[in-house]
Amino acid sequence: MTTPVQEGRPVATRPALLNHNLTASSGIGLGISMLWFSLLVLIPLAAVIATAAAGGWDEFWRTITNEQTSSAIKLTLKAAALVTLVNIVIGTAIAWVLVRDKFWGKGLLELIIDIPFALPTIVAGLVLLSLYGVNSPLGIEVANTGDSVFLAFLFVTLPFIVRMVQPVLEELDEDVEEAAASLGASRVTIFRRIILPSLAPAIAAGAALSFARAVGEYGSLVLLSGNLPFKSEVASVRILSAIENDNRAGAASIATLLLVISLLVIIVLDVVQRRVARRG
Amino acid sequence: MSIEVKNINKRFGNFVALENVNVSIPTGQLTALLGPSGGGKTTLLRIIAGLDTADEGSVEIEGVDATKLPVQKRNVGFVFQHYAAFKHMSVAKNVAFGLEIRKQPKEEIRRRVDELLELVHLSQFANRLPAQLSGGQRQRMALARALAVEPTVLLLDEPFGALDAKVRKELREWLRRLHDEVHVTTVFVTHDQEEALEVSDEIVVINEGRVEQVGSPDALYDEPANDFVMSFLGPTTVLDGKLYRPHDIEVFTHPGIEGSLPARIVRELRVGFEVRLTVELLDAAHEEIVVTVTRAHQRSMGLREGIDVWLSPTHAAAAVPVGGLN
Repeated sequence: MTTPVQEGRPVATRPALLNHNLTASSGIGLGISMLWFSLLVLIPLAAVIATAAAGGWDEFWRTITNEQTSSAIKLTLKAAALVTLVNIVIGTAIAWVLVRDKFWGKGLLELIIDIPFALPTIVAGLVLLSLYGVNSPLGIEVANTGDSVFLAFLFVTLPFIVRMVQPVLEELDEDVEEAAASLGASRVTIFRRIILPSLAPAIAAGAALSFARAVGEYGSLVLLSGNLPFKSEVASVRILSAIENDNRAGAASIATLLLVISLLVIIVLDVVQRRVARRG
Repeated sequence: MSIEVKNINKRFGNFVALENVNVSIPTGQLTALLGPSGGGKTTLLRIIAGLDTADEGSVEIEGVDATKLPVQKRNVGFVFQHYAAFKHMSVAKNVAFGLEIRKQPKEEIRRRVDELLELVHLSQFANRLPAQLSGGQRQRMALARALAVEPTVLLLDEPFGALDAKVRKELREWLRRLHDEVHVTTVFVTHDQEEALEVSDEIVVINEGRVEQVGSPDALYDEPANDFVMSFLGPTTVLDGKLYRPHDIEVFTHPGIEGSLPARIVRELRVGFEVRLTVELLDAAHEEIVVTVTRAHQRSMGLREGIDVWLSPTHAAAAVPVGGLN
């Protein structure tokens, strides 16, 4: 929809800003989206940052450099980063198997993939506790250790990359891979130069979700990890105890730090993704 | 012979895609695999390329037994109906792909890519992405990409099938000229008889997994081996128990020609320069047959609905008995 061209006035000279292309219905749509987004996301986020900022920079710095807090943040970030890396490899592999291979029980696996997603996190926590807790039936006891955090993250973030990559992989033309093969490309080269660049945006998006989810995870790990300071306590637990001690500014400070780090990770992933997608 | 296909059998489950197929494809020629959809021609092309494997039989390319070779080692160029462009790479990168795989020096690759883009008239689009090209341009890019590796044989699977009629016609003429320049042994699959007749040196007619006939376009048109080939290559009509081309039947307004059959024109349909006359034979069965004449011919003879005529096949008209092999 463009505004009608007036006589004797060349279109090209008109400033682009005035040339808005919104119809009434898309204007209303945009308005509702922005309002909704502001109410649910922007205003609460701003409130958290404002609360953190209220105490000033020194207060913020003191909170996050508190030994117990920084240890919890480090554990959280380390486990989240590691889990994201693992998911990039395993998640892509699972998506590949689900799309490209035919095997008995595929439908069932499709269903099971979503369970970590659909399960209430506290139920997941209970499941993990009974499997990997004290007197583990599997003989793997990770309760009250840093490993329990890693394990819980792995469990809840499994579906993200699988579900992002799967539809993209389904859409890929097998023609294109056959064309590359006819030009002499090996399976590995085809994956690296043809398939991976197409999957990169989906992998990056899934990785960002998986990292962000891990950084904020609480329910699934709280039972298994035991929340031991300097050992298995994570950032979200620190936020909770700050609130319990009526230290809102402290809680907001940790939250703000996590927020900034997650944003940075998303940006980095996007940059990497663009590189890979362009490389070929 | 450049490609020797011997005793190829291929099944997909219960469906017999190819049955005892033997074909020799001559070096340096443009050969068409022609037949109806689902007849097995694409399967045969993919088996030659190594993209599919035959259940039985062998494929030889330039004297080398390629039956067990993977597609990467066969040195064939393959062009797909839907272009199979590498969407994230520029046109130049697409064309360079095979050369980069072969680890050729950068300078050499650049020179060769420039040359090929020139050949397919895409030089000014070198830095565009495939999505920014039209269908015809994408297919030319795919052709340059396949030619880049200097393939022993070039295989094209319905290369113009996804394009609109006008572009298809242009590209088909262009392919013919390109082939005259490059001279690489080329096999292309098509279900369009006009395309096959116009472009190829040799046509292999394939139907229901079997080779019906092999020959030059003229030979196929003039001496079809059976009624399938005859009817697949163009319109036919039945006269006196034989299949004829509608333009191979002469119409007279008076009797006296030996063996001519009396009939009456019941309908006329004009399509451009030609007129299709539906004629009813004045025998017991009242069979209807179709005869085509030119507009000028119709005028000069005064052929119109309701008049009586006499029909006779032209001298040396192609004819095959209905429903049987000869």
